[in-house]
Formats: sequence, structure tokens, C-alpha cells
Amino acid sequence: MSAVTCPECEAQIGLDDGTEVGEIIVCSDCGVDLEVIAIDPAAVQLAPMEQEDWGE
Amino acid sequence: MTTVSIIGGSGYGGGELLRLLLSHPNVEIKQVTSRSRMGEYVYQTHPNLRKRTQLKFSDPSQLEPVDILFLAQPHGQAQHNIERYAKLAAKIIDLAADFRLRDQSLYEKWYGEKHAAPEWLSKFVYGLPELHRAEIASTNYVSGVGCNATASNLALLPLVKADLIDLESSIIIELKVGSSEGGAEGNSASHHPERASVIRTFSSFGHRHTAEVIQEMGVKDVSLTMTAVDLVRGVLATAHAKVKPGITTKDLWKAYRAVANENPFIRIVKEQRGIYRVPEPKILAGSNYADLGFELDESNGHIVSMCAIDNLMKGASGSAVQCMNLMMGWDETLGLEFSGLHPI
Repeated sequence: MSAVTCPECEAQIGLDDGTEVGEIIVCSDCGVDLEVIAIDPAAVQLAPMEQEDWGE
Repeated sequence: MTTVSIIGGSGYGGGELLRLLLSHPNVEIKQVTSRSRMGEYVYQTHPNLRKRTQLKFSDPSQLEPVDILFLAQPHGQAQHNIERYAKLAAKIIDLAADFRLRDQSLYEKWYGEKHAAPEWLSKFVYGLPELHRAEIASTNYVSGVGCNATASNLALLPLVKADLIDLESSIIIELKVGSSEGGAEGNSASHHPERASVIRTFSSFGHRHTAEVIQEMGVKDVSLTMTAVDLVRGVLATAHAKVKPGITTKDLWKAYRAVANENPFIRIVKEQRGIYRVPEPKILAGSNYADLGFELDESNGHIVSMCAIDNLMKGASGSAVQCMNLMMGWDETLGLEFSGLHPI
């Protein structure tokens, strides 16, 4: 299993075997969506997240 | 089995201690005292403990020796009886404010009275494991923690520990608090028609728990503003401060993550979706967790750091049991595994 660093919070995230380019994963620490952009070596980038009204 | 007794078991703090200790695998409760409820079954005061124990409240003057004594009396009583208590038990954990402050002058300033046993102040370790784990593990005397002080101290802990804020600068901490902080005795302000639905700022500054934040965080200029809200259990501390120049959100993640990794009951709550994106006391009722969150305005260095706890647990009895576990060399989380409820 390879690991990537979350670009938002720098958490170390393990990628499951079989993860593919284009897949969206979620950072287990800060919850952002991350798009897998490479596998060998593994790399991710922030994926657009839908903004929504929340909390009021 | 380790034997324990609780002095002053009729209040909310005492009730929580009973709930936790009755389920603790390593302890046996010998006595629970209460002058006002002497002879009554414990469950008549703490109805959640019905069928859990047949203990009755006993006379405080009839205390027998035990391994550990928990003091859950109102503030000001323990300091007058500490010599007697120390002869009854090798280890003492006090939930009240009598032995929280190391400096006698700080006590006199914030409590407006002379301490009755100042020679005992230095014998007690401040009872927040997240700040004094090693000292607690090697002492026989542990103080209680103020619930508001605990929420405030834990909100500041990652920032202070990683040296991210200027301790000389002004820090404002807004606290929203539940009604159980007021204790089991009512007054006209806690009468249901007056207390229900309130958002009442009852102390703008000068709350006694401020002294514990000054002592434990080393901050010079800090104000705690207390607002009662329509909640039974829970405290939310929202601390406002300025980070040092150049500090980024990633630096904060590193600092908060370090504190969460070192402490089994500290969690970071900073989510991008869902309902619970920030710390909220609601889902912590009955649990010993402290949830931390933060937001940084990188344009001006304004940090908002949040901490949510159950005032009766992490802010009182939960921390006391956690301290007992450390003092006895047991797993720190023993008897404190309850995750809280959702929905509640």
C-alpha cells in the first residue's frame, strides 16, 4: 500500500491496493476530497467540493 | 480490588463518579457520604444508578480507611479536613477547587479568602492528564479541574505547546455552558421558567476558573466570558488569539495532531462536510472526550480555537477517574470508554 500526503492538512493517507487514477478519496483527518492523479509514485490533488449552506 | 470512597456523593460530580466507578473493573466502592441524604439509597438521588448498587449514603464522620478517597464536596470544605482525610487514604483525588492553584496569592486573589491549608497546595498535582500525565502518575494527591478552565486550557494547549501564539498578547475565551455547571442545588435563576431557552452572559470576566488558565497555560492577559445556554451538560470554549507571524493552517494541523496523538481523549473535529464539522458538546454527553477544532484567518493571524467537553466528565469526574488510572498504573482509559450518544 502506498501513501500520500494530504495537501490540505499534511496527514499521511494510505492508498488501498487497486486504487486507480481519477479516483476520489477522502482525507481521514480533515475530510477534504482528494483526486488521485498518479499511482507510481502516488500523488493526489484537492478535488472540488460542493459548497453548501450549513449550520445556521 | 482497590477500595475507594466518595466524600460528598449527592451532587452531580459525585453522581458521575459513582456511575464511572461502579463500572470500573479494578475498584470497589466502600462508602459514599452525604450529610443531607444520610441513610438513603444512592439511587434515590442518582436515579440512573437504580439496580446498579444498593449503597446508601453514610455519615461523613464514620469514614473508614480505603486506598483512594475522592472528595466531591462543595468548594472550601476539603482544605479544612485534609489532614484527617490523608490519614484515611494514601491517595486523594479532590474534585473541588481547594487545591487547584499552586500559588497561595493567586488563590487569595481569585477566591477572595485565605487558604486554610496552604502547606498542602504544593503537594497536589493539577488533575488534567493532558497537562501533567507523568506527575499525576507519581503523586498521591491530585486536584480537581474547573470545567470551564479545562475547555479553555485544552483549546489553547496545541497553540501554547507548539509556541504558535504570543503568551503576552490578549486572549479572549467565550464559553457557552450548560445548567449542570450550577450544581444540584437550585436558585431563582435556575428555576425552569427563568433558565429554559436562555442565552445569558452571566460573567463577562473575572470568573474563578480564569486562574487555572493563567497557571496552566502561562498566559498573562486572558479573559473568560461565560454564557449560559439551553443545555444541561456541556461546555464549548471558543478562544480568540493571534498567531505569530508566518504561521499557516498546516502548522496548526501539525500542532493539533500532535496533541491528539499524545492523548487518548483528545480528538480533532474539523470536517468539510456533514453536520458535525466543528466541536459540539451535544454529542459528548457522558463521554470523557474533548473535541478540538480551529480556523485561522491567514490574512491577519486571527486564530479561533474551539474545545467541547461534557463539564461533568472531562471537566470533572471523568478526568478524576483518568487520574486515578494513572496514579494506579492502569490503562488510562479504563472505565472511560463510553463514546457518547448519537442522536441525543
